[in-house]
Amino acid sequence: MELLLLIILIFMIVGSIIAIETKNLLSAVISVGVVGFCLSIAFLILGAPDIAITQVVVEILILVILIRATITTDNTAIERHWDTFSFISSLIFFGLFLVFAWLAVQELPRFGEPLLRVSSDYLETGPEKSGATNIVTGILLDFRAYDTIGEATVLFTSIVGAFVILRRRGRKHRKDMDREKVGILQDEDIKKDFRGF
Amino acid sequence: MVNLPDEVGDPTKGMTSIVKTIVRFVLGIVIMFGAYIVLYGHLTPGGGFAGGVILACGYITLTLAFGRELALRKMGDTAASILDNSGALAFLVIGFLGFTGGYFFLNFIDHGQTFRLFSAGIIPLCNIAIAFKVTSSLFAIFMALSIFGRFMSRLVEEEE
Repeated sequence: MELLLLIILIFMIVGSIIAIETKNLLSAVISVGVVGFCLSIAFLILGAPDIAITQVVVEILILVILIRATITTDNTAIERHWDTFSFISSLIFFGLFLVFAWLAVQELPRFGEPLLRVSSDYLETGPEKSGATNIVTGILLDFRAYDTIGEATVLFTSIVGAFVILRRRGRKHRKDMDREKVGILQDEDIKKDFRGF
Repeated sequence: MVNLPDEVGDPTKGMTSIVKTIVRFVLGIVIMFGAYIVLYGHLTPGGGFAGGVILACGYITLTLAFGRELALRKMGDTAASILDNSGALAFLVIGFLGFTGGYFFLNFIDHGQTFRLFSAGIIPLCNIAIAFKVTSSLFAIFMALSIFGRFMSRLVEEEE
């Protein structure tokens, strides 16, 4: 089972390198999708079906949004040029990162033996205390409901921010004087900005 | 098979009739599966967030297949923001209702029998509130990224 996990992890690393290095934006988005689906398979192998379901669904949504909303703009080709100095310096820093990562990994607790004892306590007493047989939901919405409300706040704030930034015009009717003063775009400008949908 | 109005059969909008027919068959199953994931979140793997994203994916399928006008008629940006805010408010109100028994987010409803649908106190209610919030907000993000500025401006002028 660990061999399968290793194969999937190596495949994910290869996919992310392709996503960075390829010149076509559509290929990069598809490679990111491959990485995400492999991540959900890895969650399934590790025995976390909740996270696997969420990962698959969010990955589909993100792929659709990226392809539909990002690829329609014109900059699909990225120019790169070869630079010896940056290549050598990035190799050096990658070697340093490998050395320190190896030193840090030695100090980590072994796989499956966490330092905190609270998780095993949740596993033992979770179903009777929260009443939910799915322990993950029981922890999310009963023991750690503060974290969940923080997550909901983050989602809410990001969506309000996206609405404010992306809406090109306010809801209320404005006079042309105001439009010119504030610099709100006219329909002709919008048509110039976006060729087709 | 989902019943959709006749004028959406307009071949100039959306994708081809093959895609539209398949979406008619699949959409009901997708939305039913999303509702199942939400409602049984305290018994089987899943929960409010995953089920909400599945429901949002159903709406996005509708948008991609039938064009944006139909999707905006089904759930406009005003309806989406109202649903979003009411989901967040419902979650907060459930949390504050815990003060009736002592502290914030107290599971104040009787737990009931495990493995039953109506069990686990406030957890299914929280799941439903989160699902409403996630569905409407993710669909609103999709609309904001792909429609605003190109279509909304026309809508605003029609209102005026």
